[in-house]
Amino acid sequence: MATISKPISSTRNACKLCAPLGASLVFKGIEGCVPLIHGSQGCSTYIRRYMISHYKEPVDIASTNFSEEAAVFGGGQNFVTGINNIIKQYNPAVIGVASTCLSETIGEDVDALIRDYTGQNKHTPLFFNVSTPSYCGTHMNGFHQAAIAAVARFAKSGKTGSHINIFPGFVSPADIRYLKELCIDFKITATLFPDYSETLDNVHTREYQLVPSGGTTIAELEKTGSALATIEFGTVFNRGVKNSVGNSIASAGEWLLDKMSVANNQIGFPIGIDASDKFFNVLAGLTQSPMPEKHQKERGRLIDAYVDAHKYVFGKRAVIYGEEDFVIALAAFLHEIGMKPVLVASGAASGVLKSALDEIVGPGNDICIADGSDFATMREIMQELKPDIMIGNSKGYYIAREMKIPLVRAGFPIHDRFGASRIHHIGYRGTQELFDRIVNALIEYKQENSPVGYKYI
Amino acid sequence: MANYILTERQKQVARSGSDSGKMVCNKPSVAGSVSQRACVFCGSRVVLYPIADALHIIHGPIGCAAYTWDIRGAMSSGPELHRMSFSTDLSEKEVVFGGEPKLYQGLTELIEKYNPKAAFVYSTCIVGIIGDDVEKICKQVAQEKNIPVLPVQAPGFQGSKKDGYKVACEALFNLVGTLDLPVPKYSINILGDFNLAGELWILMDYYKRMGVHINATITGDGRVDAIRNAQNAALNVVQCSGSMAHLARLMKEKYNVPFMHVSYFGIEDMSDALYEVAKFFNSDELMAKARDIVREEVGRLMPALQWYRERLEGKRAAVYVGGAFKAISLIKALRLIGVKTVIVGSQTGNADDYEVIKKLSDEDTIIVDDSNPVELSNFVKEKQADVFIGGVKERPIAHKIGIGFCDHNHERKEALAGYEGMMNFAKEIYATTMSPIWKFTM
Repeated sequence: MATISKPISSTRNACKLCAPLGASLVFKGIEGCVPLIHGSQGCSTYIRRYMISHYKEPVDIASTNFSEEAAVFGGGQNFVTGINNIIKQYNPAVIGVASTCLSETIGEDVDALIRDYTGQNKHTPLFFNVSTPSYCGTHMNGFHQAAIAAVARFAKSGKTGSHINIFPGFVSPADIRYLKELCIDFKITATLFPDYSETLDNVHTREYQLVPSGGTTIAELEKTGSALATIEFGTVFNRGVKNSVGNSIASAGEWLLDKMSVANNQIGFPIGIDASDKFFNVLAGLTQSPMPEKHQKERGRLIDAYVDAHKYVFGKRAVIYGEEDFVIALAAFLHEIGMKPVLVASGAASGVLKSALDEIVGPGNDICIADGSDFATMREIMQELKPDIMIGNSKGYYIAREMKIPLVRAGFPIHDRFGASRIHHIGYRGTQELFDRIVNALIEYKQENSPVGYKYI
Repeated sequence: MANYILTERQKQVARSGSDSGKMVCNKPSVAGSVSQRACVFCGSRVVLYPIADALHIIHGPIGCAAYTWDIRGAMSSGPELHRMSFSTDLSEKEVVFGGEPKLYQGLTELIEKYNPKAAFVYSTCIVGIIGDDVEKICKQVAQEKNIPVLPVQAPGFQGSKKDGYKVACEALFNLVGTLDLPVPKYSINILGDFNLAGELWILMDYYKRMGVHINATITGDGRVDAIRNAQNAALNVVQCSGSMAHLARLMKEKYNVPFMHVSYFGIEDMSDALYEVAKFFNSDELMAKARDIVREEVGRLMPALQWYRERLEGKRAAVYVGGAFKAISLIKALRLIGVKTVIVGSQTGNADDYEVIKKLSDEDTIIVDDSNPVELSNFVKEKQADVFIGGVKERPIAHKIGIGFCDHNHERKEALAGYEGMMNFAKEIYATTMSPIWKFTM
């Protein structure tokens, strides 16, 4: 296994986004919540544009719109005006506040700003805030920081109930809807958080809903503290990045375990049969009921598909990139079906990618690992690696195009295809969809590049 | 005034016919209003971005670079270095100890690797606050690498997107005049077209057919050397009220290059853009050729447009775009295909622009500066618009309410300028308003 670092100190074509974007996603996953970014106007507008292009949904994010004066004397007045105007325009139940590199650098104390505001005003929305300077980590750190901040703010400890928490991490709206279905099938009450399955993929109502319907309710968040257990997808979370609630707490599940003794089951993203089995076993264990027949059959069909398509994928060399927890799960899945991840890349640099991959494929493998990397570096490494396929977000398209290899789009962002919200990645069913797409991409490639033009392949 | 409009913003909304007096505009966005605007950095970045043989490095944490990577469909006929996103990607360590060494190293490495003709160094929000002397580093690297290295002072909070245009113009102005090559007699620079979807090439074709030489295109399909020699053109033809006017003024002052404002959207404005240039050169020959082009193009276009007009007559449009100049052209272009504009707004218009819009608009048209989703969605419903013309952030407003949408912003992939652009525009308005799917949204 070779770890490849960037050959140039600057970042060229980033394979990561900034922390406030991740926090905004979490805010969008709470019912009645309007995100507020404490910084320059551009931060919120850029993040809105980036998310709208992926989700094709309204993403209203307010900004405190720092001026030169605010940058010198502090953003307190902007904060108050901003909150007042959000209330006037949106009347939200909750306001989630994310800081920025600017407000952090000038030393804004958002806790105090909120305290002052709620002290001086009655009937305010509920507030919670998260420190997300763009110079610390990536969007995933913002995401997990915000998730931790939400449980730290709202969870209430109490007598352990029979309900569970599911913290799926950064998955698609389709993935979240699948998890809801799963909970119904297992007859278990769960707090799914963050739940942006509706807010970022809503039905048509002929209304511009200022605060879109859907999201995890505050009541549900409160119950996370008395849950029977938490299931969270991922192993990396916030590791490797300093955070405000202590270095050892890397996720919302860890926080609940530490502070409220809620048992925590950390499992990787359930992509593939082994990983999904692990997840279903945890669910079966917690509910003390067997896997519902519907899901058993989905598992069975997936195995059947693995059998039918195994030769198309065997030995194929894949480049995978994106968030660390996501690429770890993809690597395990590809390994399981006989594909060879030749390059695993991420813009994040928690330092745990190598050991995670060693665990999956065994030490002494020849995977190239590029963490803390960028697309330009990936492209340079790929010239040598001669991969057959890329799997990841749409930003890798230019490399796939240049190298004339297929790109299977998964994760975030997908800015050049339609239906990103509905891409399903997890569980037997999500794996099935991903598997079909990978197989078909390889078949299509073979067909398109064949001089014969086979009608059967 | 409607209660959904914030108190601070009441004077930034007017209705033609009933509200006399100048609109309030050119103000920073109100905190918490969810403005559709971006920031100073954004303004500078969109203007300089299409210069294809320059290195554009963003000095700051990763966000600003990540969100602006290959953001516009600005096409290049040659090098494509502009489509790379370079960032010093500052981490906490540099925020504490200073980012100058990382900037120096980054610039040096990237210039060696990519061999650009010049480098633009964008300062983002925290650069000034942590005290980096970007100018000093730029000077040092320029000397060592022997190419222009231009600081672009664009901390997001130091004004609005429009201030970013100005900052970009100042960076460009430092390039102008550093090369001195002869140019033909009828030479113009095209300012303020960014060659989205190849629009610049459409315009250049018209001017070339007239016999006008294009010296520098700033910045669509832009090249550093052409900009360095821009002062030798006889005329700056400036599109878009906001972005490039400042450069034109600076060039007028220092190099005595006159300028004129034009727009390339719609038949009327496109034709005027050709006539005005011919008039400027006071040449019967140019004018005759301009007339020939207009006759030929319009002759070809009108029957087809008539077909659309018959089908679109009576439809109502909402327009919310970045610059007011474009909004003005759009009102006229829409009128040509029978569509009435009922809402007009821009992110960066000035008081005079809005006066023009008021005069041009039908009675009781809503005119708005620096609007937001709350206002726009309410306006659209009140005015029962059938189609919205705007950018990515406006699309969900239209679609959620259940009306058509036409992207007239950076990310469009269909050319909308020139005569063929007018045709594409008509086709797009037709496609989006006539789709059978709207019956499901009723």
